[in-house]
Formats: sequence, structure tokens, C-alpha cells
Amino acid sequence: MSQSSRKKLLLMGRSGSGKSSMRSIIFSNYSAFDTRRLGATVDVELSHLRFLGNMSLTLWDCGGQDVFMENYFTNQKDHIFKMVQVLIHVFDVESKSINKDIEIFVKSLTNLQKYSPDAKIFVLLHKMDLVQIDKRQELFTIMMDKLQKISNPYHFKLIGFPTSIWDESLYKAWSQIVCSLIPNINLFNSNIIKFNSILDAEEIILFEKTTFLVISSTASIKQQQQQQQKKVSNGKADKEETEELDPKRFEKISNIIKTYKQSISKLRTNFNNLIIRGSNGTTFYLDILTENMFIMVVLKKKEEMLNGASVEQNEESLVLDNIKAARKWFEKIENSK
Amino acid sequence: MEAAIVPHPKDTNATILLMGLRRSGKSSICKVVFHNMQPLDTLYLESTSKPTNEQFSSLIDLSVMELPGQLNYFEPNYDSERLFSSVGALVYVIDSQDEYLNALTNLSMIIDFAYRVNPKINIEVLIHKVDGLSEDYRMDAQQDIMQRTGDELLDLGLEGVSVSFYLTSIFDHSVYEAFSRIVQRLIPELPSLEHMLDNLVQHSSIDKVFLFDVNSKIYVATDSSPVDIQTYEVCAEFIDITIDLDDLYIENDQSNNKNGVRGAGESKELRSVSHLSSGSTLYLKQMIRGLALVALIRNEGFNDTAADSEKSLTIIEYNVDLFKQALMKMWTPK
Repeated sequence: MSQSSRKKLLLMGRSGSGKSSMRSIIFSNYSAFDTRRLGATVDVELSHLRFLGNMSLTLWDCGGQDVFMENYFTNQKDHIFKMVQVLIHVFDVESKSINKDIEIFVKSLTNLQKYSPDAKIFVLLHKMDLVQIDKRQELFTIMMDKLQKISNPYHFKLIGFPTSIWDESLYKAWSQIVCSLIPNINLFNSNIIKFNSILDAEEIILFEKTTFLVISSTASIKQQQQQQQKKVSNGKADKEETEELDPKRFEKISNIIKTYKQSISKLRTNFNNLIIRGSNGTTFYLDILTENMFIMVVLKKKEEMLNGASVEQNEESLVLDNIKAARKWFEKIENSK
Repeated sequence: MEAAIVPHPKDTNATILLMGLRRSGKSSICKVVFHNMQPLDTLYLESTSKPTNEQFSSLIDLSVMELPGQLNYFEPNYDSERLFSSVGALVYVIDSQDEYLNALTNLSMIIDFAYRVNPKINIEVLIHKVDGLSEDYRMDAQQDIMQRTGDELLDLGLEGVSVSFYLTSIFDHSVYEAFSRIVQRLIPELPSLEHMLDNLVQHSSIDKVFLFDVNSKIYVATDSSPVDIQTYEVCAEFIDITIDLDDLYIENDQSNNKNGVRGAGESKELRSVSHLSSGSTLYLKQMIRGLALVALIRNEGFNDTAADSEKSLTIIEYNVDLFKQALMKMWTPK
């Protein structure tokens, strides 16, 4: 058990495609602007990250210059490609030599099939900000079709994301990558659904503490359930209520809170909680849930409760108490592994 | 003909005139401070060809007029006299990374002219683009520029004119700080505002309090304790974070009537509280006229229980409400 909780992630791609920049932003609190200072990665840079307490990720950031690349596929191949849980392959959308890029991708697929056939493959089309907005989706579809076709002979299913360090797409991609590694995600999901019904909240989101990647949210669980129901009963397609809200909001929240964390680090401190009473009756509670998680609860004010400020004050402490009470449940799940 | 393109400033007190040689960074300052443009994007701004005039309604109705750098103000058919007589502050931007002797000559000519037309004018000099200078050199540059300006004014027989200097850059918060000071000089009610804030600080265990203009992150007033630039930055960013999060959950159909007049009428005021692990608390509350009060509250004593902090917060809440009522009293439309 303890062995499998150690995950090996390979981060690969041609030189200059932005691999180290991603790593620095997600795991080392760099801002997108700071990544200009990063130099070329020499050979493989290992970083050990603790995620959700007892899950430890080893990220192998593989330098992408041809000299090193050759080495990975020849001398070091059993060292590099053994026991891999996840391969994250980064493509630079501006790259001039796509054939060369794909050739390397194929080489790593070949090796992966041989040494760790159960690995999950994620493809990131990076630097999307350099493509015109209206052409992004088209380019992404074309590229993904092509890559899926190439990888079919190797029996790998690809999951792809368009990413850029200048917006929240990077958080979306990494949040899904990391979530695919959490073993007891279903327990978390069922517990926040329960918690949500107690609080009657608009939405609850769970974040990992250091990276602020989204682990789980009530909206995404509901979506999954609906899709499953549709498959089973093919029933009435009632319109999802949350569709009115910004579909990118999770990534945006990750981004905003990370900015906030960086901002108050100037006062040499960190934050414990954040309560925002919004301008149209929405209240946000961001609080520590466990040692490794933050929770965000969004409450919508119901019509009949709009009277009196004294009620609001009480409600705030009520919700905070509820979160405190929920803590022990989530801590139990976290330590259960 | 020429004079026709200069718009009429309506309010004589609260017009800021932004001047400087070409490429000194005037439009960039304007865009960054008042339009929330990213500093890097200002690289692609075109050269300004016409005087532009922008209105901002905050605590005071502010208008910023930007003049093209290559304009000759002393052409006989250009009505500079009327222009200078109607502004409250003249902001002159000097590019510190460039050769600035030319700019200094230009500056003293402008001061000479403006001061004779309107002796009440506030003259502010931004020593701009200091982000490219090393720490020691900034001080030297400022010394040098102050010295030379002083000499030039002495030669012109204007030793009574007071000129304020600021080191600014659009890549950090110094330009906001400078503009805050500049705007504050134009608010006639400032002393009473500061007095009110001091009162609030004394009775509420607050470390530092700012009254911010939400759109521009300029603070129109603060209490009398010295401004620590880091506290200012954190407070300014706290506004951004609060507003960004709040905006995410405003549904599309409501967003139309929400824009612009936030907090007006029926909708509730924005309020946000964040407890920090150092024991302090960041507190934000929306005030009138697009203003927000942001305070850093220190922890009182060692018995740091949740109930205690809740109690002190309630007191602060009450005091802030009183402050808001006072604000409303001062700025009711007559």
C-alpha cells in the first residue's frame, strides 16, 4: 500500500515547450511573469511533492533538449519509464517541427507500453495564448484527433487539455491530472454531497492546501451523476441549473486564492479563513478543512431570509461551526488510507 | 482652431493635467491606474495625438486630462492660459531612464507659465520608469532632478513655488501611491476625513485603515500613521480578490443592471473578512460612491479565541457603520 501511494509522474516534451514553467507555477508559487527567469532544465530534475498528506508525488521534469532526449530512449530507458503512473506530454503549439515532436511522443509511448502499460497519458497543448481565440478550439481538436490516432496502436487513451500559463487553463489541466491519482475520491464526493444537503449551499468546493488545485466540487459530481443517469435511462434532459454560472469558475477561484496567498505573504503570514458577503446575497466561506484541504462554501440567500442584519451575523458563525463539525469526517477519510 | 480641441473641464478644482515630453509614459500611467490595464500591455499603446479628457466620479469628480508630448503650448493660438487656470494639479512626467535635461527645461518653462496664470496650482513631478534603475541610482537621480529644478526655478525668480517629487513605476504600486497623494491634495474635505479615520482607528484596535476608490485602487484617505507600502499593496489586492470572487457568482441575467452601480439601491453592500494566521484580520466594507474601507486589524491580547475575535469584530462593524453614516452626511447631494 505504501508503495503505491508514491506516484511517479513523467513530464516530457521538447525543449522550450514550457514544462518547467508549469511545474514552477503549480507547485512552487511562481507567477507567470517569474517563469521568464527559468533556464533550461539539465537532464532530469526530480521534485518530491506531498499532496493531500499521505500521497507523495515524484515529478520527473525531463529536460527536452535532443541530447538528453536521445539518452532517455536509449541508455536510461528502463530507469525513466519503469513504474510510471502518469505521463504528461507537453506540446508547444507554436512549434515549427511538429513531426519531430510527434516522433518523440511515439518513442515515449513505445517505451511506456513496454515498461509501464497501465500508465495514464495526458497531453497538454501548451502556449495556447499565442493562438487567436477563435482558432483555438479547432486547432485543439485537430491536434487531439491526430495524436489519438497515433497512440491507438499502443492501446492508450489520451486525455488532452489546451493550456496557457497566462490564464486559468493550467489549473484545470493539473487539477484533473492530480485528481486521477487520488484513490478514495468517491468517499470525498459522497461526503461533500451530504454536507451540501445539510448546509443547503449553492455549491461546495474542495481544494488542496498548497497548490489550491480543485479536488472535488458538488457541481462536478452532479454533472457526473446526470451523465450517468442519461446513459441509463436516456431520460429527460432537464437543464442544469449551474450552467448559468461561469464554467471556468473553479480554475478562476484557484487562481484568485493563490494570488491572495502570495499577496498576504508580504505580511509574512498566511490566511485561516475568508468570508465574503457579496453584493447580491451570495456569501462565500473559505476555511481550512483538514491539514491538507481548504473548503469553500457558497451560500445563496433565500428570499424569506432577507430580513435583518442580526440573522446574518448568526448565520455566519453557524456555517463556520458546521464546517468545524465536518472537519472530523474529512480528516477520517484522509487518514483512512 | 487649435484651441477647439481642448475640452472644457467642468470642475475647476479636480482636474489633473498630465504633461511630459513624448514617450515619457503618460498614457501608460493613465491606462494602468484608471483602466486596470496590465503594465506589459502598455508597450503597444500608440502615441497620443490629441488631448484626451477622462472623467472619474469617485469621492470627488475627478477628471484627468492628458496632453500629447509633442504639443507646443506656447503657440500664440493655443489657449494655454484658460487651460492652466482651470486645473487643480499639474503632473509632469519625467522619464528617468532617458536623458532628462531637456525635460527639466521644458518643466521649468511650464511651471513658469502655469504659476503666473494660476498660483494655486499643485505642481507634482513623477520621476518615472524607475523600475529600470538600481536602488542607489534612484536616490541620486531624484537628488539631481530636485537640485536642477530648484536652480532653474531660482533663475526664473520663482523660489516660492513648491514642487513635489515622486519616484514611480507602473510595474509596482509606486504609481498608485503617487496618484493617491496627488488626488488627496484635491479633496478639500481631506482633514476632516483623516480625523474621522483616526477616530475609527483609536476606538477599534485597527492597525491601518485605507479608504479606497474601488476602480482605481487609489486611496483617497488614510489614518495618520505612516503608510507602509506592503500593507497598502495587500489591502489593494484584497479588494481585487473580493470583487473577483463575488463576480464569479453573479448570474448573467442580473449582471447587466449590476455593472456600474454596485451596491446602489437595493443590493447589499460588499463585505469581506479574512483571518490571518498571524492573528490579524483583513476587513473590507463597501462605502458610498464606489469607495471601500479596508482595514488591517491586529489581534488584541493573547487569549485569541474565536469568540473574542468575533466580539471585537462586532464592535468594529458598529464603528464602521457610524463612519459610513458620517460619510453619507458629508456627501449628500444638496
